[in-house]
Amino acid sequence: MSDDLGFTPNEMMTIAASRALKSDDVCFVGIGAPSAACNVARLTHAPDITLIYESGTIGTAPDVLPLSIGDGELCETAVTTVAVPEMFRYWLQGGRISIGFLGAAQLDKFGNINTTVIGDYAHPKTRLPGGGGAPEIATSSKQVYITMAQSKRGMVEKIDFFTSFGHGEGGDHRQRLGIDTAGPTLLITDLAIWKPDPVTKEFTVVSLHPGVTREQVQASCGWVVKFAEALDETTAPTELELKTLRDLQARTKAAHEGTARGKAA
Amino acid sequence: MVKFLPLKEAVAENLHDGDTVAFEGFTHLIPTAAAHEAIRQGFRDLTLIRMTPDLIYDQMIGMGMAKKIVFSYVGNPGVGLLRRARDAIENGFPRSIEVEEHSHAGMANAYEAGAAGLPCAVFRGYRGAGLASVNPNIKSVTCPFTGEVLAAVPAIRPDVTFIHAQKADRKGNVLVEGIIGIQKEAVLAAKRAVVTVEEVVDSFADLHPNLTVLPSWTIAAISVVPGGSHPSYTHGYYERDNAAYLEWDEIAADRDRFQAWIEKNVIESSADDFAGRVGHLRKAA
Repeated sequence: MSDDLGFTPNEMMTIAASRALKSDDVCFVGIGAPSAACNVARLTHAPDITLIYESGTIGTAPDVLPLSIGDGELCETAVTTVAVPEMFRYWLQGGRISIGFLGAAQLDKFGNINTTVIGDYAHPKTRLPGGGGAPEIATSSKQVYITMAQSKRGMVEKIDFFTSFGHGEGGDHRQRLGIDTAGPTLLITDLAIWKPDPVTKEFTVVSLHPGVTREQVQASCGWVVKFAEALDETTAPTELELKTLRDLQARTKAAHEGTARGKAA
Repeated sequence: MVKFLPLKEAVAENLHDGDTVAFEGFTHLIPTAAAHEAIRQGFRDLTLIRMTPDLIYDQMIGMGMAKKIVFSYVGNPGVGLLRRARDAIENGFPRSIEVEEHSHAGMANAYEAGAAGLPCAVFRGYRGAGLASVNPNIKSVTCPFTGEVLAAVPAIRPDVTFIHAQKADRKGNVLVEGIIGIQKEAVLAAKRAVVTVEEVVDSFADLHPNLTVLPSWTIAAISVVPGGSHPSYTHGYYERDNAAYLEWDEIAADRDRFQAWIEKNVIESSADDFAGRVGHLRKAA
């Protein structure tokens, strides 16, 4: 994919992810790429989508993307804001969330996510921030969407730590653990759209973004990639989608950099 | 009964070496001024509890004050990693620290159990999650009615909890609004609670009846510290200093730069300096 197409791989990723969301979805939003996708959906084809951030804001409609999950604008534009225990007990554990939308530092082919450590847990090579809300978002949301840019470091055969359970070893592993939600049903990268195989649950490429080759997908993925027999091409971003995303990012950049620095940080 | 005290005295009276302490605030209302006072007073061997440790625990860990941290997200929200915490966990610098890691759901339930006077929290969590095998405090119980296996974690019971809030009335009742996070539970779970507030008002008589108000008798001490949550924010008073969070990533990346920053902005400063740090973040009336 090149600039000749008029959009970047990351823009394609965010817009493809936004298209997966519907107006009647209740979406628990992870920070970063999921947050951008969810807000593009809200500003284009899914104006009534309910966006929930783990800080307790329900039905929020921020004008700029939050830097953290608890920026003030999320609360100011929300239908209601609840305490964090209520968020996790009533709304997530209670089964009110249709889509949990997560990013990942490390992902395997069964949609298991690691955001905890690189290396051994007790003696980590790199200590990452950890799971936050993700371990329960991954199991209590009716289904999980994942979005991340592809890289061999990020998409690996074996993750170093099971922060959030996807399909485990594949097949019926979720059911065997007594988890009755669907788990990861969609993976959107900067190169392709992936869905789990109905039986093995291994993520399979079902659509390549415009200009992307199978070789490019394989070259930036640490496991041997499976491709669907009937491989689609993702529809290129529309002018409206691109303008919506770029305007949102420009507003966000201005807002976060515009905060003048105080004497002390 | 609650006492209105200068922050220096409120911290000295309520925090001690070796205490289990929570400085809570879920992105919003982070009690930075109280944490900086604790750094100035140089406490040691603390067990620091917090869902989202962020900058203040990075600073306290970097100053060698913590022997253990209990947390569910050890990151700089929206920015990345906490570099002083990483240095302690990965390299034992400036000292090694014990780690007890949970999910947000686990911590939130554990605080709630603490507030409710229960020994443990029961919830549907950690299924398939690696934390359950590395944290011995994550166990399971079987529901006696349905047979469902549920997660259990011990209640959180801090010796002392510090929070920041919008305001107190003259009697010492405290209002918390906006993203209320885990503050109410953290206060009610603790043996003692210290609250910094933006201001004191005559009365809460005209407030909506269902707002989150902590009665004066649940609090040990209140200190008035305008701007006391900077670079976090106080809903209705000033905005989050996102630039400061981005800048922290660079400061904390270097041990010497970190020390210099602490010296200038914490050791040689006082609670009175916070008001000046949020002037540019207050919304125009």
